[in-house]
Amino acid sequence: MDMELEAYLRPPEMPMVPYPPKVITLATSGKMIVRQVDRDAVPILLEAIKPTFEVARDYYDIVGVRLYAELLGWYRYRVRDEFCLVGQIDGLLVGIVNTRCYSPKLGMSLHTLAIERGLRIGAHLFAAKMEYSFEYLKQEEVLITAESPIGFRRWMIEYGLEKRDGQHELGGATPYALTRELYFRNKSRLVAGERPVPLELMQVAEREIIVASEEDILEKILGVKRREI
Amino acid sequence: MRPVVIAGVGMIPFERRDEDSLVDMLAMAGLKAMDDANLGDRPVDAVYVGNMASGLFNHQVSVASALVDRLSLMPAAADRIENGPASGGSAVKNGFLAVASGYCDIVLVVGGEKMREVIGPKATDIVACMTHPNAEYIYGVTLPALAGMFTRLYMEKYGVTREHLTLVAIKNQENGLLNPYAHIQMKITMEGVLTHPQAHVNSPVVADPIHLYDCCPVSDGAAAVLLTTEDIANELKRPIVTIAGVGQATDTHTLQERSDPTDLKAVTIASQKAFSMSGIKPKDIDVAELHDAFTILEIAESEHAGFFPKGQGANALAAGETQIGGKLPINPSGGLKARGHPVGATGVAQIVELVWQLRGEAGKRQVKGAVNGFSLNFGGFGNNVIAFVLRSKS
Repeated sequence: MDMELEAYLRPPEMPMVPYPPKVITLATSGKMIVRQVDRDAVPILLEAIKPTFEVARDYYDIVGVRLYAELLGWYRYRVRDEFCLVGQIDGLLVGIVNTRCYSPKLGMSLHTLAIERGLRIGAHLFAAKMEYSFEYLKQEEVLITAESPIGFRRWMIEYGLEKRDGQHELGGATPYALTRELYFRNKSRLVAGERPVPLELMQVAEREIIVASEEDILEKILGVKRREI
Repeated sequence: MRPVVIAGVGMIPFERRDEDSLVDMLAMAGLKAMDDANLGDRPVDAVYVGNMASGLFNHQVSVASALVDRLSLMPAAADRIENGPASGGSAVKNGFLAVASGYCDIVLVVGGEKMREVIGPKATDIVACMTHPNAEYIYGVTLPALAGMFTRLYMEKYGVTREHLTLVAIKNQENGLLNPYAHIQMKITMEGVLTHPQAHVNSPVVADPIHLYDCCPVSDGAAAVLLTTEDIANELKRPIVTIAGVGQATDTHTLQERSDPTDLKAVTIASQKAFSMSGIKPKDIDVAELHDAFTILEIAESEHAGFFPKGQGANALAAGETQIGGKLPINPSGGLKARGHPVGATGVAQIVELVWQLRGEAGKRQVKGAVNGFSLNFGGFGNNVIAFVLRSKS
């Protein structure tokens, strides 16, 4: 690698305070650990994303390939100021979210991928990345767009987001913004989690990010198993 | 009237079925029922389709005509029956009358709805079209809103608590895990949806005091039964499950006009009619499928149908009497809460479940030794109710 050239291609990085992990008790009583991962975790996350590439349902294919590219770009130092949070239940990866800091004051929400469905995993993880942007990075606003109707309902409608002019970095439909005021107004209703995470739960989560088999991931997303009846 | 036998049943898993049109789903369920009945090449005299709102959900009407063509059942008579969420029950009732009266020998009844073609709020709005346009709908009343007000009154009058409501949800979602046709396949806990300090995020308020997990999901699905005479059923060599009793009753269109809004008179009267016709008493029922579109309804219906005294349904639930293995298992299928509630399909799906139970074919959710079954299909907010008593003669 030509390190001189690489220095030009590699973006500078904004310092970010770490996101403290938390545990969310789900409707099943399952304990989902939400924690920040660094670049080292990206290869295993990419493995979990791959099965979604051909799933048209709920735009998993678009979300999957874009998230894959965003994380790969971050891993190989081609995307600036990105952070990634994951959700794990007993070590099993159940969701991934990421955001890019456009500036110290403005966040650019990128993607939310729920692998386990029906438990508000995506909603909890989305709330966590907003928590990180507003409460830890102290940002003023996060720009948000949605590729799927579910995303639109979860973000634009549930949070009552404000429309913005211009474009979101993902180049989709009209961008919306979550402001600090809106975030704190909705926090008690939509943001869950307890800290600190009990040591034994944290150790399980950190020991290994377990990725379900491709078949299991597809079944969780599509619910296809019962079609054989 | 001559006896009417349910010779065949069929259904497709309730869920979100993006790939299937409404008529696809009706046809799949119908074919399963005809196959189950060993019908072969025998002609079907009439087809009744229970469906509430295909015009609004799917921009398609005359679905009964479409179905007979899809199944090549021409020149069978074909009618779509619309009676709100009791459309399925009404369709079965009309099929029953056609065979019982001697007008038809073989009738296919199919119930179905494809609701996930529209987004959730739109589905809620379409279902709200059954409310009174000037006294309810215009003020923003929806079915969850009516259920919220009803639940509050019931809690105040009979001491029902949110713990009781959650017990219904937990029980029925556990039963749904035993039913491969159920939309919701997830075990929930009291902690996760009620007692944990942050449970309100998992189960947010929908219409106080009911929360997300007090409501049935919005589903796509279809179910079918094939009705015929006892003689033909014997020729087909199928187990004999008869429709022993049918009852239907109505109440005021709006909830507010009732002298006591917690008194579900139509449930009481429809149930009494069905029991009276069958000669079977509530205490003789082995398994029941009730219309738990909202958790409170399972408790209230279990009392108004005559299984428990008023105000005692919640206690029976808490004592485990309505679980599989209890004194009167209610909603072993998972009910509307877990199996799902494609509105036009529900009344038929309840009967399909009872037939499986009475034949001993319900798998892991089988109620041992079940001979008599009861179903209740609740239209509007209790303004049009249909009850059935089924009996196994095999």
